Formats: sequence, C-alpha cells, structure tokens
Amino acid sequence: MTVTKMNALQAVNAALMQAMAEDPKVIVLGEDIADREGGGVTGATRGLSTKYGDDRVKSTPISEQAIIGAAIGAALSGYKPVAEIMLMNFTAVCMDMIFNHAAKLRFMSGGQSTVPITIRTLTGAGWQTAGQHADHLEGWFAHTAGIKVVAPSSPADYKGLLLSCIQDPDPCIFIESAGTVFIPGDVPDDQPPIPLGKARIVQEGTDVTIISWSSQIIRCQQALPALAEAGISVELVDLRTVSPWDKETVLASVAKTGRAVIAHEAVRHFGPGGEIASTISEELFGQLKAPVRRLGAPYSPVPFAKVLEDAYIVSPERVVETVKALMG
Amino acid sequence: MAELSNAPAPSAETLVDIYRRMIRIERNDDAIRKTIRLGRLVMPYYSARGQEVIPSTISALLNNEDTICTIYRGIHDMVAKDMPLRPLWAEIAGRVDGTCKGKGGPMHLTHPETGVMVTTGIVGSSMPIANGLAWAAKLDGSKRVSVAYFGDGASNIGAFHESLNLASVWKLPVIFVCQNNGFAEHTRYENGTSVDFIAKRAIGYGMPGHTVDGNDPLAMYAAAHEAITRAREGEGPTLLECKTFRFHGHVLGDDDKYMTKEEKAAAIEKDPLPAFKAWLIAQGHATEDSLSAMQAQIEAEVEDALEFGLASPPPSVDELRRDVFAEELPA
Ligand SMILES: Cc1ncc(C[n+]2csc(CCOP(=O)(O)OP(=O)(O)O)c2C)c(N)n1
Repeated sequence: MTVTKMNALQAVNAALMQAMAEDPKVIVLGEDIADREGGGVTGATRGLSTKYGDDRVKSTPISEQAIIGAAIGAALSGYKPVAEIMLMNFTAVCMDMIFNHAAKLRFMSGGQSTVPITIRTLTGAGWQTAGQHADHLEGWFAHTAGIKVVAPSSPADYKGLLLSCIQDPDPCIFIESAGTVFIPGDVPDDQPPIPLGKARIVQEGTDVTIISWSSQIIRCQQALPALAEAGISVELVDLRTVSPWDKETVLASVAKTGRAVIAHEAVRHFGPGGEIASTISEELFGQLKAPVRRLGAPYSPVPFAKVLEDAYIVSPERVVETVKALMG
Repeated sequence: MAELSNAPAPSAETLVDIYRRMIRIERNDDAIRKTIRLGRLVMPYYSARGQEVIPSTISALLNNEDTICTIYRGIHDMVAKDMPLRPLWAEIAGRVDGTCKGKGGPMHLTHPETGVMVTTGIVGSSMPIANGLAWAAKLDGSKRVSVAYFGDGASNIGAFHESLNLASVWKLPVIFVCQNNGFAEHTRYENGTSVDFIAKRAIGYGMPGHTVDGNDPLAMYAAAHEAITRAREGEGPTLLECKTFRFHGHVLGDDDKYMTKEEKAAAIEKDPLPAFKAWLIAQGHATEDSLSAMQAQIEAEVEDALEFGLASPPPSVDELRRDVFAEELPA
C-alpha cells in the first residue's frame, strides 16, 4: 500500500479529484474555486476546473443563498454537488436553503426528493479572526433532522469521510477546522470511503473515555502524555460524525471505563456535548463511577485578543485537569 | 385582449387549453374554500383566485420535463401544470395517498412527474432552487426550462437578487415569474417595494424584464413565449412581472381590511375567467356548449378528487422515521 504524506486540505483536494473522476455527476461550486480565481482561497479545489472544465467546476458570485440553492436544484435533477461555503459563519447567510430546504425536502416530499449535496466549510478559533470567522456551529446543524454533520480530524479521515459525504444520498455538512487542516499525516493512495456515523478509537484505555472531534481531538491528543504519566488509562474516541453520532461505540467505551468527558471547540452552552452527556447518563446511569463532564468554549463570541482567545479554547491542560479531577 | 406583437399567435386549441387550465384552477379553488368552510378540511389556505391566467398560459407552453418551483400560494401553479387532483387533495388533507404521503401538506407539495419540484413556505426561496434545476438542464445538454414562481413581496428578499445575478452570470434557462397581486401579506406594494415596476430590476441584472398584464392571456402568451424560447435556446433568464390581483385575503379567514372595497370590486368586475370565456366564444374558438361541457367534466374531476382525498387514511406514525434520510431511522 502506498501512502502519501499530506495535510487535510490536500486530502480534500485528492478526494474531490477522485470523486469527480469516478462519477460525472459530481459537480463543484463556490466562491473563487476555479483555477481562474486561484483554485479556492485555501487551494482545496486547485486544479479541478483545469481538469474537469468550467461547467462542472463553477466559481460563483458572493451569494451563499444562490450557491446552496443551485446545489439543491441540481441535486434534485440527479447531480451530486459539492458546494463550498468559504467559512462556517457565512452559512448563517444561507441557513434557509440549508435547514428549511436541503434538510427537509426528502421528508416533506414523502421521499420523492433526494438532495445529495455536500457543503464544505472551514472554521475554528486560534487564528485571531474573532467573532465572525471562527465559530464551531455543528450544534446548529445537528439539531436539524435531515442533515448529516461530519467533522474529521486527520488527513486520512478528511479524504475517506469526504468521499462518503459526496456519495451519500442525503445532505452533509463537512466541517474543515483550522486547527486540523495544516497538520500533515499519512493518507493511503487507495484510501476507501469511511462510513458516516462511525467513530474511531484513537487510543484504547480503561479508566476514562474522552469523546471529541475535529480540532479538539488534536488538543486531547496533546493531553494524553500527561495523563499517561499520571497513571490514568484514557480511551480517546474521535466521533468523526457529529450527527448521526456513534452511540454504540461511545456507550460501549463508557460502559468499560465508567467515566466520560466530552470535549469540543463549540460553545459548551447548549452544545453537542449536552446531548452526548445526557444520553450517556440515561443509558449507563448505574454504571458510572463519576458524573459525565463536558468541556467546551465559554458562553462568549470568539474573541480577538490572543490572551482571550487562548482562554476561549479548551486547552490540553484543561483536559488533563478535568480528567484528573474525575479520577478523584 | 392585447394585440400580439411579433410572437406567433396561439392557436385556437392552445387558447382553449389555457382556458381549461384556468377553469380547473378556479373550480378547484372554489372546492377547497368550500370544503374548509364546511369544516371537512383543516389547512391554512392561500387562495390565488384571480391569478389563474399567469400559470395557465405559461404551462400551456411547458411540458412535463420542464420544472417549476412554487410557493404556499401555488396550488394554481400546480393545477395549471396538470398535477393530478386526487393526490393533490389527499396531500392537502394530510393523507397517505397524497403526493407526499401527507408529510408536506398544502405548503409543500412535490410531484416530479408533472415537474412540480419544490413548493416552499419561505418567501423568496423558489428562485435559488429553480436556478439549480436550470443549471442541471444545461449540464445535461437538454432543452428543459425551469420556472420560479413568487410574489411581489418576494422580490424584496435577498434571495431574489442573488438568484437573478447568478442566473444571468451563468446564462441559465430559467424564467422568474413574479405574480404581482399588489400585496405582500397585508402590505401594499408601494409601501414595501422601491420601484414602480419590478421588471425594472431586471436591468440591474443584465436580463430582459417585462411587465405584463397577468390577467390578459394574449399578452401573457406573447411574453411567456418569448421568455421560454429564449431560455430553451440557451440565451439565458428573463424576469416577467405579471400584474394581477387576488380576490381573497392573504390567507383564508383574513378580513382583507388593507384593501379598499372599491379596488377589490373593480378587480372582481374584471375577473379574467368570464372575460376570456366570452372572448373565446366571440372569436369562434369555442362554443358556449363546448366550454360548459368542459367545465362539467372538470367539476366531476374535482368532486372525485375531493372525495378521494378525504376518504384516504392518515399516514402511519412510523412515517416520522422514514424519509428523514434515505435510510429508515431505527425505532
Ligand atoms: C422569509 C419569510 N418571511 C415572512 C414570511 C411570512 N409571509 C408569508 S406570505 C408573506 C407575503 C408574501 O407576499 P408576496 O411575495 O407578494 O406573495 P403573495 O402572498 O402575494 O403571493 C409573508 C410576509 C415567510 N413565509 N417567509
């Protein structure tokens, strides 16, 4: 098996190249994405329009509603559009198209309409972009029935999960996170699609389960050496798909360890951690050795000042402290 | 009726077909309102009585491959597109034989066989999706066109502006059909819209825009023919502003105090249905008898659909787990 070292953006590019080669129904649209415009601000779509032509790879005006609307309409006619919304905060501009239309057309039509669109979007704190360019909004989408929410953390997962999103018959939002996209990793050249809704056990352990995803996984991994040193055996679960989430894997792990911490970059308040914590408590009440803990950003917009932004992000140190406190 | 410009004149057969669609809309609308008033049907109803000419004329120029995206006030658009009435009635009644198994209801009917692709309850949302259908038609190399129906109020929503711009830049085979009935819910046109004619907005997006008397089948035919031909020939989108009037309140039960009695009476006085019928007969395109026979047949179809729809059973509760995703959700 040949393996190539690449970062997540290169993995996205490889997935798009492959999906477009395999299926002529895969089409791509978004702001600045064609080579004429530089192949996307992050370069994730570089080379696609040169290879597959300007009909299948469309640079759009700055019109988020028009982008998602066009993707939906093309999907209703049998295409598999991959739409790029440059940054996740800008999905606010086209939420109507996403959550009133893409997510609901199958149900409202009694199964006649199918909207196999993929929305790729980038986000994440840590780059001092402040309140309107860095929110992790997976909770918004996960709360809406009918849309799958995918949040990979490693380059191989980016490729495998994106391939699955594109082939999935339902709308998927694919969250690319600033904290993950530049970290290189090994990606098999023949990386198969990774099933949606299936978590990955990053590290096995017996004392406590940490459930995380996207860029927060990286910070949880950074916490692992200190926890090992303290003699705590951690099982780290990368959810990969926030909705539908892999209850089976999570519950099996927590049943084994008896302790759970959910850590995410999204704001803690009404965040996805609440759903997971509550499910664990309902299902495993008698087996828990400690209350389930949630770690997330404070109830605040993403701040600009470095000192505030550092405090906003759930640091590896906070993960370590929380897990130690849980062990008593 | 208006004089035709340089568009080919519609044949007698086409004109009668437009009338058939109009009367089918009117009889169906009448039956829905009666059935609600009698308490046999519970639904929010946005009557389009008075607006029949617009989709009837456009639909006479479309085929089943051509697609429409319409709105909550769009049952007339579907009936004009020849959606079968039985599943339509079962859907508005929320029954299992409905076009959408009762899960969409009166604001969200879908019927791809007749090209009814999306019905939306969100003002202004028919346009971005109609663009995508048009984009697909272009990618397929087909001659299909896509029609977006919306109201005058919707032309003030951001999605309208984004959609016209994108359609123009991409030269999409789409026709934006504004059914300007003079009101956005309770707001009078001039209190919400910055231009005296919505068609003027087309200039800003580099496409043709026409204001048409939407109650005049000949004027509508000429304008629709030109727009649809343009789209089919790959020349891009057109904005049609079709002036009309709705005879009822925004939603059934609203007391339409925001209209003056005089303007309403004047509009009803000019009801396009009897006027067009008289014209068809005077021109020798049809006879009183032939049109009466047509109407009787349509009334029987509506009556049958109504009874069929109301007799259809409600969907099973399991339907909540189906069609959320392609795969059924676990119990
Ligand atoms: C985005 C949005 N805002 C508000 C509403 C509530 N609403 C429903 S119909 C309507 C009026 C729309 O008027 P117009 O576009 O002229 O269409 P008409 O009803 O006259 O056909 C409004 C404000 C809505 N459904 N969607």
